[in-house]
Amino acid sequence: MTDRETQLENEKKEALAALDDIRTTEGLETWRIAHLGKSSPVMQAFSDLGKLPVEERPLVGRAANTVKQALESAYAVKSEQLRQAELERTLTRERIDVTLPGRAVQRGRLHPLNQTLREVCQIFRDMGFQIYRSPEVETDDFNFTYLNMPPYHPARDMWDTFYTDKDGVLLRTHTSPGQIHIMRERAPEHIRAILPGTTMRYEQLTARSEIEFIQVEVLVVGKGITFADMKGTLTDFAARAFGKDARTRLRPSYFPFTEPSAEMDVECFVCGGEGCNVCKGTGWLEILGCGMVHPTVLEYGGYDPQEFSGFAAGMGIDRSTLMRYRVDDIRHFRNNDIRFLEQF
Amino acid sequence: MKAPLSWIKDYIDLDDLNVEQIAHYLTMIGLEVEGIRLVGLPKPEAERHEFNYEGLSWDREKFVVAEVLEVLPHPNADRLVLCRLNDGIQELVILTGAPNLYPYKGQGPLAQTLKVAYAREGAMLYDGHQPGQVLTKLKRAVIRGVESFSMICSEKELGISDEHGGVIILDADAPVGTPLVDYMGDAVFDISILPNMVRDASMIGIARELAAVTRRELRLPEGIPLPQGDALSKRVSLEVRNPELNPRFMLGMVENVQAQPSPYWVQRRLNLAGMRPIDALVDATNYTMLETGEPLHAFDYELLCKRAGGNLPSIITRTAKQGEMLTLLDGTTQPLDESMEVVADSVGPLSLAGIMGGMDSGISAQTQHVLLEAASWNFINIRQTLSKLKIPSEAGWRFSRGVHPALAEQALRLCLLRMLAWGGGRLVEGVLDAYLLPPQDPVVTLTEEEIISRLGAEISLEEAANILTRLGFTCTLQNGQLTAKTPPIRLDIGEGLIGKASLMEEIARIYGYERIPSKRLAVELPAPVFDPNLETEERIRDILVSLGLQDTVAYRQTSPQREARILPNQALDPDLAYVRIKNPISPDRTVMRRSGLATMLELLEYNSKFRPSLALFEIGPVFLPVDGQLLPREALRLTVGMAGLREIPTWQTKTAEKRDFFDLKGLLEAFLRGLHLPEVSFQPAEHPTFHPGKCAQVLSGEQVLGVFGELHPMVQEHYEFEALPVLAAELDADLLVALSRVEFEHQPLSNYPAMVEDIAVIVPEEVSAAALEAAIHQAGGKLLVNVRLFDVYRGEKLGLGKKSMAYQLTYQAFDHTLTDKDAATIRNRIVRALEREFGAVLRSQ
Repeated sequence: MTDRETQLENEKKEALAALDDIRTTEGLETWRIAHLGKSSPVMQAFSDLGKLPVEERPLVGRAANTVKQALESAYAVKSEQLRQAELERTLTRERIDVTLPGRAVQRGRLHPLNQTLREVCQIFRDMGFQIYRSPEVETDDFNFTYLNMPPYHPARDMWDTFYTDKDGVLLRTHTSPGQIHIMRERAPEHIRAILPGTTMRYEQLTARSEIEFIQVEVLVVGKGITFADMKGTLTDFAARAFGKDARTRLRPSYFPFTEPSAEMDVECFVCGGEGCNVCKGTGWLEILGCGMVHPTVLEYGGYDPQEFSGFAAGMGIDRSTLMRYRVDDIRHFRNNDIRFLEQF
Repeated sequence: MKAPLSWIKDYIDLDDLNVEQIAHYLTMIGLEVEGIRLVGLPKPEAERHEFNYEGLSWDREKFVVAEVLEVLPHPNADRLVLCRLNDGIQELVILTGAPNLYPYKGQGPLAQTLKVAYAREGAMLYDGHQPGQVLTKLKRAVIRGVESFSMICSEKELGISDEHGGVIILDADAPVGTPLVDYMGDAVFDISILPNMVRDASMIGIARELAAVTRRELRLPEGIPLPQGDALSKRVSLEVRNPELNPRFMLGMVENVQAQPSPYWVQRRLNLAGMRPIDALVDATNYTMLETGEPLHAFDYELLCKRAGGNLPSIITRTAKQGEMLTLLDGTTQPLDESMEVVADSVGPLSLAGIMGGMDSGISAQTQHVLLEAASWNFINIRQTLSKLKIPSEAGWRFSRGVHPALAEQALRLCLLRMLAWGGGRLVEGVLDAYLLPPQDPVVTLTEEEIISRLGAEISLEEAANILTRLGFTCTLQNGQLTAKTPPIRLDIGEGLIGKASLMEEIARIYGYERIPSKRLAVELPAPVFDPNLETEERIRDILVSLGLQDTVAYRQTSPQREARILPNQALDPDLAYVRIKNPISPDRTVMRRSGLATMLELLEYNSKFRPSLALFEIGPVFLPVDGQLLPREALRLTVGMAGLREIPTWQTKTAEKRDFFDLKGLLEAFLRGLHLPEVSFQPAEHPTFHPGKCAQVLSGEQVLGVFGELHPMVQEHYEFEALPVLAAELDADLLVALSRVEFEHQPLSNYPAMVEDIAVIVPEEVSAAALEAAIHQAGGKLLVNVRLFDVYRGEKLGLGKKSMAYQLTYQAFDHTLTDKDAATIRNRIVRALEREFGAVLRSQ
C-alpha cells in the first residue's frame, strides 16, 4: 500500500467518524465541503494523480474512487436521516389542538314544516299523484256549500271559521275547497292529485292550537274507485312515510264531504304501540281523515255520481311534524325562533 | 258523552266482554272512546291497552257493602260519631264524621239499617280531605282517643263524584257483605259523538250500535203505556203554530209528586254520566234524556195556572215577538226575536224551545204537579238561535243536530214511568200529541254490484241486510235488490244516491273497516298536468338554502298598524285595501297581510336578540284586494332578511365584520344566477323602507323583480333590533317563477391559455360601476372573457370627486393562443373607450 492509499484510508475513517457526530443540515453541508468538496483530500487525490509515478496512478486512483463512493453513500444516508429528523421536528412543531371548535359555517335549512310537506308531496308524487293548489281566501260556497254543508249545516261547527268583511268570503278552514276547483277544471277526466296549502281556523293561540296550519288534501276521482282503493293507497302512503312495518288502522268517522268516512291511525312511532304521552296511552296516532267523496260533492264538481266515484283524504302537516319531533308547543313553527329552526 | 258501562248493560248483555274489548268495538264503529274512567272495576287484562285509563279500582276484599246498625255519639267529639256496623263477616265499631249520619245518633238500634260502602284497613282510595283526586292508603290511626282503621266512604273517596258532604247511603236492597265492585263497580266510557251520530248520544243508542256489531240482542226499555182518556185536555190546551219549526209536541202530566231524592243507583249513574242529581223530578228528565237522546222539559203546573189567572192554562209554540224577553234557568235574561221559537202560554214565553226552560215556569222543590214536554224542533232553527244567543245547552246541542220526532213518544212514556217510580204521585189520564209534520223516513235501495263497486269488498246483499236490520232498518230482499227503510230514530240517512252512500257507510262500519281489503289503484294515471310554479318555488327554496339562508313559515294574519311600521312615519293609509277579518282573534291580527317586508322585519326583530348574525327568507302569498272582485289576488312574495355580522365570531376571528348592502346584493346575484334569469340588472331605487342611498331595484330585462336595501334609519327605530345593520329584499316570486329558465345555453370552454392583466382607471365619482363595467365589456369584445373589479380607491392624490377602479381583465380566444400584442390591442381599446366616455385616466401608467 502506498502512502497515498494509506492517507486515503485514514481520510475515509476520519470523515466517516466526523459524519457520525453531525446533527444538522448545516453541519452536513460543512462536512460535504470538507470531505467531498473540491479541496477535500479525496478530490485533491484525484487532481494530484498526475503528479504520481505512473505505476502508482491506477492504485491510488482506484483507492480514491472507493473512498469517494463510500463517503458519498454515507453522505446520502446521513442526509436522508437528517431530512427525516427535520421533518419529524417540523411535524411535531406544527401539531394543533384538534379539539378546538371548527370554523363556523352558517348552514341554510328548510323550515321543519316545509321539510315534512316536501316528504309528503314526494311520496305522493312517487305514487303518481299530481300537485294542485288553490286560494287561501275562499268563498263560503267553496269552503262549505259545495262540500255538502249548506248554511246552518251542523257540520259547519267542525270548523271555527274566520270570516272577512266581505259577505260570503272567508279564510279557508281546510284544503277541501280545492277539491271543487280541481274537479271543475278536470271533469270529466279522472283525477289523482294532492292539494297542499295553508288553512286557517278561528282558535285561541295556545301550545296545542294554532290559527294557521298546513294541510295536504288527497283526491282521487274516476270510474270504479272503491273504499278498498282508498284503504290500499293510504296504507301505502303510511308505509312510505312511517316505514314498511308501520301498522295502520281505519276507523269510522264523519266528514260532510265524504261517505263513508274514516280516520286513519298509525301505530305510535314514539312508543311502538306500548302507550306513551304522545299517543296519550292509546298506542295509536291519528294521521289523517278520509272517505269516499260524497255524491253531492261530485255533482258540484261536475261529475255524475252515478258514473264516477272517488276518495279524498286530508292530513295536517303541523300536527305530524309536532308528533315526529315531540314539539311541546305548536306555536314554535310560526314564531320562527331561530333557536328552534336551527335544530332541524 | 260519558257512558257508564252498567247503564249500557241495561239494554244489552255484555258480561263476557271486558272494558277494553267493549271500548275497542265502540271505537271501531265510529264511537271513538277517548278515555276510560274506572269507577270500581279493575283495569282489564289485555295484551295491549289501546285506551287511556284513569280512575280507581276497588279491591274486592277491601271494599264491601255493609250496614250501619246503630249510630252512637263519640265520647270526646261532637262532630264525630261511632257506627255499629255489620260488614257481612263481623260486627265492628267505625268512626266517622259524616254529617248525614248525625240525625241517627242516639236513636238506638236502627229499625231500618243503613246500607253503606265500607272500606277496610289497607284499602286504596281517594283522600276526601284533599282537593282533586289524591290516592291514599287507609291506615290505622287514633282519632280523639278512639282507634280508627276503616271507614264508611263518600262518593269522592270512591271516585264517583266530588261529593264529600256525607257518606253514601246505598239503596236498601244492597246485599251486605258483597264486594262493592260486584254491587256497583263501573267504568265510564268517554265517547266522542260524531255530528251525524247524535242518535248515539244516548245509552240506548250506544247499546244499539254494540248490539249490531256484536250480534247481540237489544233490550229496549218499556215506558208506561200512553195514558188514555181526556183528563189532560181539561187541564191544559195545546197549540202548535209552526209545524215546520216544531214538527211534534207532546204533553203528559203527573200530579201529587214529591221532589225527593232519587234512588241512589240513579244518582250514581247521573253523576257518572256527568250530570248532577237534583231530585226525583229533575233526575227523571235528565235520566230519560241520557237514556233515549230526547231532551225533555218539565213545567210546574201550578205556576202555569197562576199565570193563567184562573183560566185554563194554555201551551202555545210559536216564534217570539220582537222585543220579548225571557229569563232562562241559568239566570240569564235573553232578548228574543222573531226567528226564535218559544214555548209560551197566553201571558208570554215560558221557555226557549229546545234549548232551555224559563225561570218562571220550571219545576222546583215545591212542585206538586208536573206537566212534561217531549217535543221535536227544526234543527236549523235551533242552530240559528244558539249561534245568536251563544248559550251552552245540552238540549240545544242535541236538537241542533236533529232528533227524530218519534223519540218524543218513547221518552215521554219512559220519563213518566221514572217520575212515578221515583217521585210518587199519580198519572193524569191522557196525553196531548200535536204530531203535525212526521218526517219521511227514507227508503233506500242497494244492489250487490253497487256495494262492491263502491266499497271494493265482497259483501253479500244478505249480509248487508243483516247489518242494517240489526241497526233497526226494515229490510226486504227481492230480485237482487235490497230495500231498506230507515228506522224512526235517526235523521242522517239521505234519499237516492246520497241515501246509498249513507247505507254504504252503515254497512262498512258494522262489517268492519278492517275487513275491507286494501287494493292499489288500478285505473290508468291521469294525463299530466303541471304546476311549474310549485317546482320553481321549491327550486327557489333550495338555492336560498344552499346559500346559507334559513327558511321560515309566516303567519298570514297581521294588522295595518304592524305593516305601517315599515314606513318612516308609520302613517296608516286609510285607503289601503285589505282583506279584513270580521272576527279577528286579537287586535294585532285583523287583516291578511299585504307586505312580505313587514313580516320579515318582525322575524328579524324577534330573532336579533338570539343571534348576532341572521339570514332568513320567506316565501308566501300577500293578499291584494282587487276592485270589483270578490276574492283578492294572492301574489307570491319572496322576502330575504339579513342582520348583524357576516359571520359568527369564533376563537379565530375575534372581530367579525358587519354585513352591508353588498352582502345582500351578492346573495341576490348568486340566487338569480341560480334561477338563470335573463338580463339581470340593478338600479338605484327609492323605497320608503330603505335608506335612500342604499336601495336598489333588481330587474330582469325591463321587468322589476323587486327592491332591496339597507333599512331607513327612521324605520329601524320602530323596531328593537339587537343585530345591526338590517338588510332586506322583497321580490315578486310569481315573476321569478315566470322568468326563471330551466333551459339555457352553456358557455363553451376554451382550450387555449388565458391572459390576465390588471388595469386601474381614475374616473369621476358619479360614474357608476355598472356603467364602467358595461363600457369595458363593450370595448373589450368577445376576447375579453372576464372582468373582475378588485379595488375601489379614493384618496387625496386622486383629487376630490375622483375614484380609482381597479379591474382584473381576462382575455382568451377559442382558436389560438393570444400574444402580448393581442392583449395590448384590447387593452388600448378599452382605455380609449373609457377615456372617451368617462374622461377616465389610466392610473397604472
